[in-house]
Amino acid sequence: MPKQKLVIIGAGMAAGRLLEHLFETAPDAFDVTLFNAEPRGTYNRIMLSPVLSGEKSYEEIVTHDDDWYTEHGVTCRFGERVVAIDREKKIVSGENGDVPYDRLVIATGSNPFIIPLPGHDLPGVLAYRDADDTDRMIEACKPGAKAVVIGGGLLGLEAAAGLRLRGMDVTVLHLMPTLMERQLDPSAGYLLEKELSGRGITIRTGANSKEIYGKDRVEGIRLDDGTDLPASLIVMAVGIRPNVAVAKNAGLDVGRGILVDARMQTSDPSIYSLGECVEFEGNCYGLVAPLYEQAKVCAAALAGSADQAFVHTETATKLKVTGVDLYSAGDFTDGDDRDEIVFRDPARRIYKRLVLKQNRLIGAVLYGETSDGAWFFDKIRKAEEILPEARATLIFGQSFAGGAPLDPMAAVAALPDEAEICGCNGVSKGQIIGAIDKNGLCDLDGVRACTKASSSCGTCTGLVESLLAFRLGDAFAAPAKKTVCGCTDLGHDDVRRLIVSQQLKSIPAVMQELGWKTSCGCAKCRPALNYYLIASWPNEYVDDGQSRFINERVHANIQKNGTYSVVPRAWGGMTTAAELRAVADVVDKFNIPAVKYTGGQRIDMLGVRKEDLPAVWADLNAAGMVSGHAYGKSLRTVKTCVGSDWCRFGTQDSTGLGIKLEKMMWGSWTPHKVKLAVSGCPRNCAEATCKDIGVVCVDSGYEIHFAGAAGMEVRGTDLLTKVTTEADALEMCAALLQLYREQGFYLERIYKWSARVGIEKIQAQIVDDAENRAALYARFLDSQRNAQTDPWAERASGQKDAHEFSELVLAE
Amino acid sequence: MERWIDVCVVDDIPVRGSRRTRFNGVEIALFRTSEDAVYAIENRCAHKGGPLSEGIVHDCAVTCPLHSWVFDLATGKARGADEGQIQTYPVEVRDGRAVHVRFPAR
Repeated sequence: MPKQKLVIIGAGMAAGRLLEHLFETAPDAFDVTLFNAEPRGTYNRIMLSPVLSGEKSYEEIVTHDDDWYTEHGVTCRFGERVVAIDREKKIVSGENGDVPYDRLVIATGSNPFIIPLPGHDLPGVLAYRDADDTDRMIEACKPGAKAVVIGGGLLGLEAAAGLRLRGMDVTVLHLMPTLMERQLDPSAGYLLEKELSGRGITIRTGANSKEIYGKDRVEGIRLDDGTDLPASLIVMAVGIRPNVAVAKNAGLDVGRGILVDARMQTSDPSIYSLGECVEFEGNCYGLVAPLYEQAKVCAAALAGSADQAFVHTETATKLKVTGVDLYSAGDFTDGDDRDEIVFRDPARRIYKRLVLKQNRLIGAVLYGETSDGAWFFDKIRKAEEILPEARATLIFGQSFAGGAPLDPMAAVAALPDEAEICGCNGVSKGQIIGAIDKNGLCDLDGVRACTKASSSCGTCTGLVESLLAFRLGDAFAAPAKKTVCGCTDLGHDDVRRLIVSQQLKSIPAVMQELGWKTSCGCAKCRPALNYYLIASWPNEYVDDGQSRFINERVHANIQKNGTYSVVPRAWGGMTTAAELRAVADVVDKFNIPAVKYTGGQRIDMLGVRKEDLPAVWADLNAAGMVSGHAYGKSLRTVKTCVGSDWCRFGTQDSTGLGIKLEKMMWGSWTPHKVKLAVSGCPRNCAEATCKDIGVVCVDSGYEIHFAGAAGMEVRGTDLLTKVTTEADALEMCAALLQLYREQGFYLERIYKWSARVGIEKIQAQIVDDAENRAALYARFLDSQRNAQTDPWAERASGQKDAHEFSELVLAE
Repeated sequence: MERWIDVCVVDDIPVRGSRRTRFNGVEIALFRTSEDAVYAIENRCAHKGGPLSEGIVHDCAVTCPLHSWVFDLATGKARGADEGQIQTYPVEVRDGRAVHVRFPAR
């Protein structure tokens, strides 16, 4: 049978999901042409906020890349708008030409609503809708500059939080008296407002904008009460409108959205529609769960099956605004025919409200503690009758009602099969259990691949794992990953991911939100968490010295007798007579018992008394020397040979490059210690090929090696790539270090990280992808902005940690 | 005769940190936990004599910086598989701030 021609207009999340279902159920039925006005394929739009705040890169949220489209034979017309549909001839006209269709799917999504205020078209006034808007906002971000977000709904608050994280001074203007009034009642809205204010975001409710002003670009906004708010960036996030233009012009039936039936068919039987552009039984949709449901139904309809129908259901909103825990579902407006049950714990900032009608739960708002959200939502959807004896304890949630212990396994065991586990993808407990049984799944990735559960926003990962454990028992526990330590069941990868995705910014926040089993961790997890927070929130997280091993806390190496050793930096292994003289004077002055050359071309003074450290550092500082971080999980030494300056074989200035690398990288914290070397020719006198990162200069440029080791294990490096200029070598090395900083587990050396993730994957991200390399390089430089303060100078001056270096004297 | 000595105020000791002092030639470490409880123990690991004051403080315990032995601050006993006992000294926090330690007779 010849393939039918299927044209899809729009490559948003609904269209992406539709294609997946279609290729699963009817892989050979269609020749697909995919138009997208945006110059790209499908990405996870829900995750644009983490991209805005800088926790994720755009690449990380792409769900369908070029390879996927190629593999499935999709003809992509990205960056091209559809101008008309000729239903008679069955032709779609794009800006670059016509495409005939047998079936057509319109998935044009929605447009942001722009309030037609005077000045709304000035440069610097943006909507917040797609990846381009996000890019423009990131470009406009300048720390300390003022931004105004119009709209205190989900999108507006996420935009405000993201801009705030990028250091902007943010004001949110909201027309209504409380934030997110569509999803929250006033009490929860008040708590949210208080929380966001505490994070430095100014909230103005009941604010009516009058005009945006500015000469060549936006300079500020005036409210109708006369208030004048200067701003260099204004974001409008006041709502969306179904994008129906192309459908309307084609003469399809259109209300607020494109009218569809339960099989997603429009008024023209050859044309289907789904996503935010449709209207079904009077409802339009903006959350992803129903859209995914539509994709499933639409794929079935296209494949010729008539047994699936879309049904309007309540949707639940779970918000992730900078770690604020909020859940709302159903209808929670007041009314004479309704009762409510309210629970408040002001000190813990917890608020829960359940709305009942004729003894049935119809709405729930949870703030601060949302673990029972799915359980309440299930009762709302099933319109289950709440019996009087259950009503008294209903608000305390599932564990209390069932009398079950607070054990996640028991909690998932007690959920009914229809209970929704993954809100984004609409996957129920029964579906997950079914997939585990049918496909013999034994891990999270398997469940993600087969059911999509936990593959979008990821907040249900814990529930899915509990389900796996519940179904498989020990079979699931057996391949369980290595946990960080006994304080948690999570592995390093989970912790790293969740710190970013849940925007956890302090050690107590991590322990609280990720359910640490001890009150304040242990000597294993605390240093790891401290590092992950530094790496995830550079320039923002305040280092916790008490969570560092003593060497990093006092910036010297503890010795077996409780004295310390001191190693100043010798940039690229070079020194001067003045430095050597200063070292000699310090050794004499403080009676330092031993002086040694290290293997990394530096001088080590051993046996310094702790109380002498600040004075020793002051003298070394006075001679221009700074900490060599010989004690840290950080950049240690950059060993060099003399290179083309002196050596008759030298091909490049290896010493100079070594010094540049060290000047660029010093002060950065890393998962484990990092040692570099630069050799000026393949004779490799600096022994670069057993270092974490090693550069070997050759006539034609620079070989970049990495993942060597010469300690407990001895391992030659792997060649990452070869570059031709010194600037390229610096960028490549910095990008590699940054990737390691972002992906490495604490105490995992580069060679172990490389073995875990694979050399090819590292090369793909750094060598093959120039854009990603540049982004990593930029992130590295950004994280170095406030990292290069000499810790010795801070302590020598007595400004920092003075208590470390003095004993308490007893008054006897 | 045993006696109580006013050693310092609670805020002289960092939270989840320590200070060192000396009594009668013995080095003593004072610890303050995240819950603001204060403990005093001899500053000498039962394993190889490491300075416990330099260790990481977590709940009511400290991990020795030299070889990661863990000691309970209240009892002075080694935790886990290790066996060892360190001298502890009674502590009272008076008026909510003054740290008094009871030392043995000279």
